Amino acid sequence: MLETIVFSTLNGILYGLLLFMLSSGLTLIFSMMGVLNFAHASFYMLGAYFAYALGLHIGFWPALFLAPCLVAVIGAVVERYGLRRVHASGHVAELLFTFGLAYVIDELVHLFWGSIPVSYVPPDYMQNALFTLFGTDYSIYRGVTMMIAVFMFAALWFLLKKTRVGMMIRAALTHGDMVGHLGHNVPRLFMGVFGFGCALAGLAGVIGGPLLNTEPGMAQTLGPIVFVVVVVGGMGSLIGAFYASLLIGLLQTFFVAFDASIADLLGVIGISVDPYGEVTGITLASLAPMTPFILLVLILIFRPCGLMGELEP
Amino acid sequence: MVKTLLNRFAVSLLLLAGVANAANPEPVRFALIDPLTGPMSVVGQPALEQLKFTADRLNEEGGINGHEIRIVGFDNKINPQESLVQLQKAIDDGIRFIIQGNGSSVGSALLSSINKHNQRNPEDRVVYFNYAAIEPSFTNERCSFWHFRFDANADMKMNMLTDWVAENDDFKKVFLINQDYSFGQAVSEAAMRMLKEKRPDIEIVGNVFHPLGKVKDFSPYISKIKSSDADVVITGNWGQDINLLIKSASEYGVDVPFLTYYGNTPGTITQVGEKGVDRIYLISEYHGDFTDPEIAERQEKMYKQTGWDLYPRVSVMLEMIKKAGDKAGSVEPVKLARALEGLQFKSMAGDVTMRASDHQIQMPTFISVLKNNMSHGAEGTDFNFHEVAAFNAEQATLPTSCRMRRPK
Repeated sequence: MLETIVFSTLNGILYGLLLFMLSSGLTLIFSMMGVLNFAHASFYMLGAYFAYALGLHIGFWPALFLAPCLVAVIGAVVERYGLRRVHASGHVAELLFTFGLAYVIDELVHLFWGSIPVSYVPPDYMQNALFTLFGTDYSIYRGVTMMIAVFMFAALWFLLKKTRVGMMIRAALTHGDMVGHLGHNVPRLFMGVFGFGCALAGLAGVIGGPLLNTEPGMAQTLGPIVFVVVVVGGMGSLIGAFYASLLIGLLQTFFVAFDASIADLLGVIGISVDPYGEVTGITLASLAPMTPFILLVLILIFRPCGLMGELEP
Repeated sequence: MVKTLLNRFAVSLLLLAGVANAANPEPVRFALIDPLTGPMSVVGQPALEQLKFTADRLNEEGGINGHEIRIVGFDNKINPQESLVQLQKAIDDGIRFIIQGNGSSVGSALLSSINKHNQRNPEDRVVYFNYAAIEPSFTNERCSFWHFRFDANADMKMNMLTDWVAENDDFKKVFLINQDYSFGQAVSEAAMRMLKEKRPDIEIVGNVFHPLGKVKDFSPYISKIKSSDADVVITGNWGQDINLLIKSASEYGVDVPFLTYYGNTPGTITQVGEKGVDRIYLISEYHGDFTDPEIAERQEKMYKQTGWDLYPRVSVMLEMIKKAGDKAGSVEPVKLARALEGLQFKSMAGDVTMRASDHQIQMPTFISVLKNNMSHGAEGTDFNFHEVAAFNAEQATLPTSCRMRRPK
């Protein structure tokens, strides 16, 4: 039992951190520009594919740094020449633009890398055990992934809270016009933030690709969950996104890990029902993929602004 | 002048076309309805390539009774509803031979729909060749004259697998992990039933179902296997689900044997490599020893040409269809289907028969295990499956409850 808890916690945190990497960029872009970027998960996919393609030529580590930069450049170009023009036509146009962009990126990935998964794997030495607990290996790669995620969170926090750029970004979040009047180049700041947000998604792709399979459907599978994270955490709240990511990560892994059905759960609180019934016989494990969406519905009912959100969704 | 020349040219072209037509009767087309894009395409694409590869060879030998074989791919995204749309498309296109393999859920939808079509259109029948949807009911209570299965069904495979497990005294605790749909449940149910019968002392320490094709991270399932203390895992997983399951297991250093139905799914060997050696077992109609030089050469050529390994079962299926068509002297669906009933064929693994009573193929089957430094590696590596046990067609067979109704 203990080992299940320990490993589920480790796995849940890892998955949660990956989700956070993705959603932090999304929530940053949303809070700053008011743009809900539907193509965000596509940038995550691009990150994984770039890292795979570059890794074939320059090795794993250089690709790990170069791929997010490449995604950032693409993100910045999209903002400069796409979003900024569409911006004048209002939010609906922006929404439609990113929606279309997601399809374009999906199709391009199909075109370049084919429709079957590519074999993007970490180098051999990283697949060895970092430590062995209860007879189960925890690979170096997972350890490194977790480290990168934590490091990224710290760096992001430092950037936003302790640097001049961070101050400008935070100021532009709430008082965009004022920052502009003070002589700062707000459009360029937007471009930077959009590029940076995309880079974070790209980084998530780079380290998530080997863990979760690099295939053209990866954007579609994670896309909805990232939106759930942002809504549950509270639109535009970084710290909310962090809590929501971990919560969803842990919930999903723990639901799978425990052999219990709805009837068992009801039994705990003293209601006894048929353990093999149509509904009551459903196991928690089979509910796991649904948990983020159940959470989404519950949050929207009981706390519509999200866990830490100040903005109305 | 130019005009007359052009006219003459056109006339000669027409004549040529006429001659060609007389020599080559209408091509016979086969629709492959399988996942050709998306996460499960690793099982659809190799089948498509294998069909085309075999068709090329058979066409050189004159096709089916002189008709050139053409393979048309229809992408069903592993979704039963989408498959029915694609089926309708294929039928509207005039294709009367449907091939499908991946997913008994899809197979079930196609089976009902094709039965219905044939009932409503007695003059215009469609035949369904199934190379991998192995839920037992298709050749038992739901058997149909229009359906032919070219793979051993889940019960047959489990029967052999449990025979082998029963002989191995080291196995005391079995863990079952399967996809949560009709096929996965059939595998799990058969495993429990047969193990109880053959080795009552074996304990089932886990019986887990996970959603089909949805799980990206198998870690939680692996920790379940770990904590159950199992000494052997049995799984019917296929496609991405076996890929990622095996990958996760090797990552976490799970070193118990995995008895799989589809451990040879493309991508698995590349991802698991050395860690899968002596650990991943496969029950299949063939293995990676390639003792027959002709087949070995075919494997090399197939990999070079398409980037996929030889898919023996799919090849045998098309060869048997050709033999039936040649025997019937026709590519008319009903005639071909009748000729296929009871047809015997010499495949690379031995003699196979399409049993007439339920349209379930009877064939030799092997259990093999992943080894390194094989003379013919899979997926461009040095790894492949080496034979550990063989079952002849008589050992592989199971009785059927089918009461076949044939067209008059």
